[in-house]
Amino acid sequence: MSTPVTTPAAPGPGGSAPSGPTVEPEEAERVSAGRRVVDRLIRARELGLIVVLIAIVAITGAIEPNFLDADSLKQTVLNVAIIAVMTAGMTLVIVTRNIDLSVGSILGLSAFLCGDFLTKNPSVPWIVGVLIAILIGAACGLLNGVLVTWGRVPALVVTLGTMYALRGVAFLVTGGRQINAEDLPDSFLKVGSGDLLGVPTLIVLAVVVIVLFWFITRDYAWGRQLYAIGSSGRSGGQAAKLAGLKSDRRVTQAFVISGALAGLGGAMYAARYGTVDATGGQGYELRVIGAAVVGGVAIAGGSGTVFGAALGAVVLGTIQTALIVLKIDDFWQQAIVGLLIIVAISLDRLITNQSEALLRQRSARRRTAA
Amino acid sequence: MSTDATTTPLVALDGASRSFGAVHALKNASLALRAGEVRALMGENGAGKSTLVKILTGVDRPNSGSVLVDGEPVVFHSTADSRDAGVAVILQEPTLFPDLSVAENVVMGRHPKRSFGRIDRPAMKQTVQGLLDRLGVDLDPDRPVQGLSIADQQIVEIAKAMSFDARVLIMDEPTAALSGREVDRLFGVVRALQARGAAVLFISHRLEEVYEIATVVTVMRDGEVVHDGPLSELPEDELVRRMVGRDVNQLFPKTPATIGDVVLDVKGLSREGVFYDVDLQVRAGEIVALAGLVGAGRSEVVQAIFGVDQATEGTVNMLGHDLPLGKPTAAVAAGMALVPEDRRQQGLVMDMSIGQNATLARLGDMRSRGLLSPKRERAEASQWGERLQLKYGKLSDPVGTLSGGNQQKVVLAKWLGTEPRLLIIDEPTRGIDVGTKAEVHRIINELAGQGLAVLMVSSELPEVLGMADRVLVMFEGRVTAELTRAEANEERVVRAATGRTAVTEEIA
Repeated sequence: MSTPVTTPAAPGPGGSAPSGPTVEPEEAERVSAGRRVVDRLIRARELGLIVVLIAIVAITGAIEPNFLDADSLKQTVLNVAIIAVMTAGMTLVIVTRNIDLSVGSILGLSAFLCGDFLTKNPSVPWIVGVLIAILIGAACGLLNGVLVTWGRVPALVVTLGTMYALRGVAFLVTGGRQINAEDLPDSFLKVGSGDLLGVPTLIVLAVVVIVLFWFITRDYAWGRQLYAIGSSGRSGGQAAKLAGLKSDRRVTQAFVISGALAGLGGAMYAARYGTVDATGGQGYELRVIGAAVVGGVAIAGGSGTVFGAALGAVVLGTIQTALIVLKIDDFWQQAIVGLLIIVAISLDRLITNQSEALLRQRSARRRTAA
Repeated sequence: MSTDATTTPLVALDGASRSFGAVHALKNASLALRAGEVRALMGENGAGKSTLVKILTGVDRPNSGSVLVDGEPVVFHSTADSRDAGVAVILQEPTLFPDLSVAENVVMGRHPKRSFGRIDRPAMKQTVQGLLDRLGVDLDPDRPVQGLSIADQQIVEIAKAMSFDARVLIMDEPTAALSGREVDRLFGVVRALQARGAAVLFISHRLEEVYEIATVVTVMRDGEVVHDGPLSELPEDELVRRMVGRDVNQLFPKTPATIGDVVLDVKGLSREGVFYDVDLQVRAGEIVALAGLVGAGRSEVVQAIFGVDQATEGTVNMLGHDLPLGKPTAAVAAGMALVPEDRRQQGLVMDMSIGQNATLARLGDMRSRGLLSPKRERAEASQWGERLQLKYGKLSDPVGTLSGGNQQKVVLAKWLGTEPRLLIIDEPTRGIDVGTKAEVHRIINELAGQGLAVLMVSSELPEVLGMADRVLVMFEGRVTAELTRAEANEERVVRAATGRTAVTEEIA
C-alpha cells in the first residue's frame, strides 16, 4: 500500500531526460481533460452564485444605499448564520440520497430546552446550554436515522413524522410558556450579539462549522463514502454493498450530524433572539433544503458540496433581506424565492445533462482515436 | 472428472447444494478454480449458474457442502468475506458510483490515507493510473464514471478487482453489451490476468467467445454439474447437447410462410446525425432482419419507425396509412408492437407481477365495470403463458424473478395480446440461453406463419441468416445491402456491415 515510489536514479543531472518534458505535458493534458470539464461546470455553479450575490447586493445598494452600510450587511449575514449551519448538516443527509424535514422542529425544541436550562441554572456556564442543545438535536437525529435505516422507511416519511412529532413535544414541554431575553444569562446573549475579533460570534461559528464539514466531506474517506452511498442509491445501492460500505451506519451518522447541527442552530437562535417559544424555527427546514438545492446539492444524492450549499444559504438569505429592504410585497418575496429554487434545479438538470453529453463525446472520440 | 488435480484450487465449491423451498437451485455441485485457468461455466438460464456465483461471492450460502479457499473450508458471510479471500465479480451490468471519479470508484472503502487520516489523492490517482496502465487501457482516473461506456465501466470493475489483489475473477456475462472490439480488449485483459496466475470463471452464452477464451469448462443443467473437463475435448455441438440435455440440431427451424401484402412501408427515413435515407418494406408473413454492427443505427431506425424517437425526414406508412412521426400511440393504434432491446429497462416493470406485465399494454380490455379486474388479468396471462410455454411459479410473482428467456416471453405476450399486424423485435434473444433461444425463434416463426409481419434487429449472424426472409444490412447509419434469404450468407452480411464493399458487387 505505502510502498514509496522511488524514481529511478537518473544517470544524468537533467540533460538526459529529453523525452520526459516533451511527453509529460501532453500526458497531463489528456489525463485531466475529463476532470477539467467537470471542474469547470462545478466551479461555474459556485462562481455563478457569487456573481448572483454581488449583483443582488449591488442592485439593492444602488436603489437603497442604506442596505450597504456595515450594520445592515452584518444583520443580513447574521440572519443567514443559523440557516447556513443547518444547511451543512442537511447537505450530508441529501448527499446520501435522503432528506431531513425535521430540522426546524429540532431547532425549536432544542432552542427552548437550552434557554429553559440556562434560565433555571444561571450560574452554569452558557456552553453547557449549547452542549445540551446539540445533544438533544443529535438524539432526534439518531431517531430519524434509526427509523430510516433500520425501519427501512423512506426519509421523507420518517422526517415528516418527526417534524410534526417533535413540534408537538416542543409545545408539550413549553406548556405555552415563553422564554424572554431578561431571563437568560447575559454571557449567553453576548454570544448571540457579540463579536470575536471584530466578527460577530455567530458568523465565526457558522464559518467554522462549514469549513469543518466541507473539509470532512472532501478529504476524508468517511465523507466520500456518503457521496458513494448516495450515488449508488440511484441504482439500488448494490455498488455500496459490494464496496463493503456500512451504508446504514453512515446514513444514521449523517442524520445525527444534521440533528446535532440543528440543535446547535437552536442554541444560536436562543442566543440571538432571546425570545423563545414552541414555534421557533418553524419553516426553517424548507429554507435549509432550498439553500442546499440552490447551492448545487443534487436532491437525488451523490453530488454537491457543503461550501456550495452554504453559498446557497447566503444567496437566499441576501435575496430575502434585499426584497424587504426594497419594500417588495411579501407575496412577491415568497414567489421570487420559489422561482429561484426552481431555476436552480432546472439549471442543475441542464448542467448534468450537458456534462454527461460532453463526457460521452469525449470517450467516443477517444475510442475512435484508439 | 478428468481434470488433473495437481494444484490446490484457489477457490472451490465442494458438493454444494442450495434449495429455495421446494426448488433445488443447486444440487451437489463441485467446481474448482485453479491459478492460470480460465474456466467457462455453461448452462441454460435456470441451470443454477447464478446460484453458484452467489455462493462463491458470499451473497448466498449453501444448505450443505462447502466453499474451499486454498483447500480449507470457509463460510462467506458476506461479499466482504469473499473479497478478502480474493474473489472478485464482474457483473454484466457494472455496479459503480456514477458521480464519483474512476479513481474513487476503484479505491472506495479503502482510500489511501495520509496525515490526520486525510485522503491521499496523489497516491490514489497514481495507484489507479498504474492499474489502468497494467490493463493497457487509456482511461482518465479523474473523470467521473458517469458517461463511460459499459465496456469502460467493466474495465473500472476489473481495476477494482486488481486493486485488492483478486486471485479469482468471476465474470458473469461480461460481453453481453460489448461490441466486437471491446470484447477483444476485454479478452486481452483476461489473458493478462491469467498469465499473472489469476483464476477466471467466465460465464457467457456466446459459444464462440467461450471457445476463444476458456481452457476448461463446467456444464450445468437443472442445478447439477453434468460435465467438467478441458474445453478442447468437447466439441461445440456436444457442449450444446450437454447444456440442454437434448439435441439442438436445428436451432433455427424456418417454417415457410405465405408472404402477403405490404404491411410496413418506410421511405427515406432519416434522423439527423444518426441514420439517413432508410427505405424498407415488410410484408405480412415475412421476417425482415436488420443486421449490422452495434452502433450502426439499427435500433434507432426501429425506434423512429415506432415513434419513440422523432425522425427528421421521411415517411412511415402502415397498411396504406401514413403515420405521424414521433407518436408511439399512433403506431400502436395502427397495429405496431415493439419489443425493445433492453427488457429490464424498457420492456418490463420488474417489480410488477408476471400477470400485470403481460397485460400492461391492454389495460382497457382488462376492465370490468371501469375497474381493473385481476381475474381477467390472470385468465389472459395464463392463456398466454400456456401458448408461449412460459415457465413460472405463480402469475403473481414479480416478473424480475423469471429467467431472461421467460421475461422475453412475457414481453412478447404483452404485445401479442394487442393483436399487432407488425412486430418489431430488437435483439430477440440477447442474454437468453440456448434452449430458450430456440423457443423464442420458434414463436417468432409461428407468428410469421400466421401472417404477422416481423421486423427484427439482431447482432447474431446465425439468427439473422436462419430466421430472415430478407436481410437489410446497415453500416454507419445507412442501409448498405439488401439481401434475399437465398443471397444472404455470412460473408456478404459481414462485408456490408463493415462497409467494405459496394452493394452491386455484392449481389453480382
